[in-house]
Amino acid sequence: MKTAGIDIGSITTKAAILEDGVILGTRVGFTGYNAGLAGRKIFDDLTRELGLKASSIDRIVSTGYGRNSVEFAHKSMTEIICHGAGAHFLDANVRTVVDVGGQDSKALIIDATGKVTDFVMNDKCAAGTGRFLEVMARALEVNLDEFGELSLQSGNPAKISSICTVFAESEVISLISRGEQRENIIAGIHDSVASRVYAMAQRLAVDTPIMMTGGVARNIGVVRALEKRFGSPVKVTEYAQTNGAIGAAVLACSLA
Amino acid sequence: MSQTDAEKKRKFRSAKRMREIMTEYYIEAKTADQTGKKVAWITSGGPVEPLIVMDVIPVYPENYGAMIGASHMGGDLCAKAEALGYSTDLCSYARADIACALENGGPIGGLPKPDMLICCNNICGTVMKWYEVQARLFNVPLFIFDTPFCHVDFADEARRYVRAQIDEYISFLEGVCKKKFDFDRSMEVGRLSLKGQQLWQEVLDAAAHRPSPMTAFDAFFFLALIVTLRGTDKVVNFYTELLEEMKERVSQGISAVENERYRLLWDNLPVWYRLKWLSDTFASHGACLVADTYTTAWCGSMKYIDENDFIDSMAEAYTRIYLNIGVDEMAKTIFEMIDKYEVDGLVMHSNRSCKPYSFGQYDLMRMVQEKKGIPCMMLESHMVDERSFSESQALTRIDAFMEVIRKRGPGAGTAR
Repeated sequence: MKTAGIDIGSITTKAAILEDGVILGTRVGFTGYNAGLAGRKIFDDLTRELGLKASSIDRIVSTGYGRNSVEFAHKSMTEIICHGAGAHFLDANVRTVVDVGGQDSKALIIDATGKVTDFVMNDKCAAGTGRFLEVMARALEVNLDEFGELSLQSGNPAKISSICTVFAESEVISLISRGEQRENIIAGIHDSVASRVYAMAQRLAVDTPIMMTGGVARNIGVVRALEKRFGSPVKVTEYAQTNGAIGAAVLACSLA
Repeated sequence: MSQTDAEKKRKFRSAKRMREIMTEYYIEAKTADQTGKKVAWITSGGPVEPLIVMDVIPVYPENYGAMIGASHMGGDLCAKAEALGYSTDLCSYARADIACALENGGPIGGLPKPDMLICCNNICGTVMKWYEVQARLFNVPLFIFDTPFCHVDFADEARRYVRAQIDEYISFLEGVCKKKFDFDRSMEVGRLSLKGQQLWQEVLDAAAHRPSPMTAFDAFFFLALIVTLRGTDKVVNFYTELLEEMKERVSQGISAVENERYRLLWDNLPVWYRLKWLSDTFASHGACLVADTYTTAWCGSMKYIDENDFIDSMAEAYTRIYLNIGVDEMAKTIFEMIDKYEVDGLVMHSNRSCKPYSFGQYDLMRMVQEKKGIPCMMLESHMVDERSFSESQALTRIDAFMEVIRKRGPGAGTAR
């Protein structure tokens, strides 16, 4: 049986196609202003890339903020449940998932079957999300993809004390004008994201192993900063960004 | 039976009567200057019975705040208060009320002007500054009824301190009203107040039945009378009728939510401008919010009332209300409600407006998970300021929470 998962996030749209417990392929694109269209496009692009006919996909589950815009999906489920299912599929030992996406961050506890038993999400604030990093990358004129590696070169991370994105941006600008080294500022930004996400996750009974998912997991600087906070390794797979879509495709298997 | 018939059956016939009573009440208050009656603005948890004894019409800015919220006027009014210099972090009832008082705006053309203000700080500290602002604006006397926080017990010193203020309160009223306080009548008012609270508790208790004949959203609506007209026979008569209707619904198997599968407990004030959306969203999951800590607060301390000594005993009853007790005490109340109403999950509204209610919620959540083992969720909002509500975030949380509950199965309930 072939299933697809489509995860429409605030910034990117992700798709994954599975066949009998094997990932056939995944794809990431931008969401843009039309979530429904973005879902259709990513699905068409991925099936074409894999040489599959759309009609050969037996079940489709949509997730993410735009989940209800995907008209061709058989069911929509929240990204919380999908991230749990995705993480369990990729590594059945995982008990805590930290997902940091474009506009929200969340932590969830999963049991031995991949079922989410508890979760927590950030409040209505961009701190501790991908958006926060994007704003900072712009202020520092650095490509976001270079953020992670650059921060690892820092010898003395700067202190970003404000948790508000707008205030933190002006704090970063004042650090720049004081001549602080860029890698130290970036490392400070990563610490700030990690401390915010860590504090949120502490509301749960965090158990190990911990896996990080979502687009921000591609940033090695944030991952390292989180490991330091948790005092435990944080697993990241090559599917971190598409984990929600994979989870949706996994859950699609159980649809009648 | 067709869907529409089922829908009709679910409607409360008492709702119409309730609207009539509230309309009469506001007309009487708004025409007080023509009838020669005095009007007192009073905080929602304030001791209202002495006002009833003195024939003063009590008016509640907080009840009015709920009206503002439900009419979706909160955002604009809060923005006006912010333009005057009040912080966005301030309670949205306070902001909306302050803006209304200056503008004569808001629903029903604003509240009638007060002849006096009665502020009891058993619900929060914000009311003290809020009422001081209004006392300056209207240039009327303000009585502050100070209730010390009760972490665990009600100490003797606290009892004497609060009791002494009841005498001061009575003298204050005698001064403003220029007449003597009738202690005989206060016995009758006290008896009606207690009776009203008992009936309100019985109405709420009806929700323990499966399926529940009412939801917390219905309780938010029917609450208005026990808040505003406590101590009058109107309340007693109305809740007697409402209780009768609850019993009928139970005997006829009328459920508030079609095919009730899951039962939830709500904590904190309602999100007044999103009642219908929240109610529909939970109902779409087959979930009924059967009870809440908020509406229970108006009958939660009646165990301290002595019917034969109302004036003395109200010192304790008004001090030990839900928002004026420690987190461990609050947890006890929540545990009892979880058992009594057999709930499958707890929905907490982290209400930026109401600090005393929201502070400690994460601790309470942890305690509930440890003791009762039921899923809990947090919804962030402001009770009246609709600018702070994010629908898609709220929806994701509710959907995910219900998925967690569904996977556990109905009646998975607690670790009891």
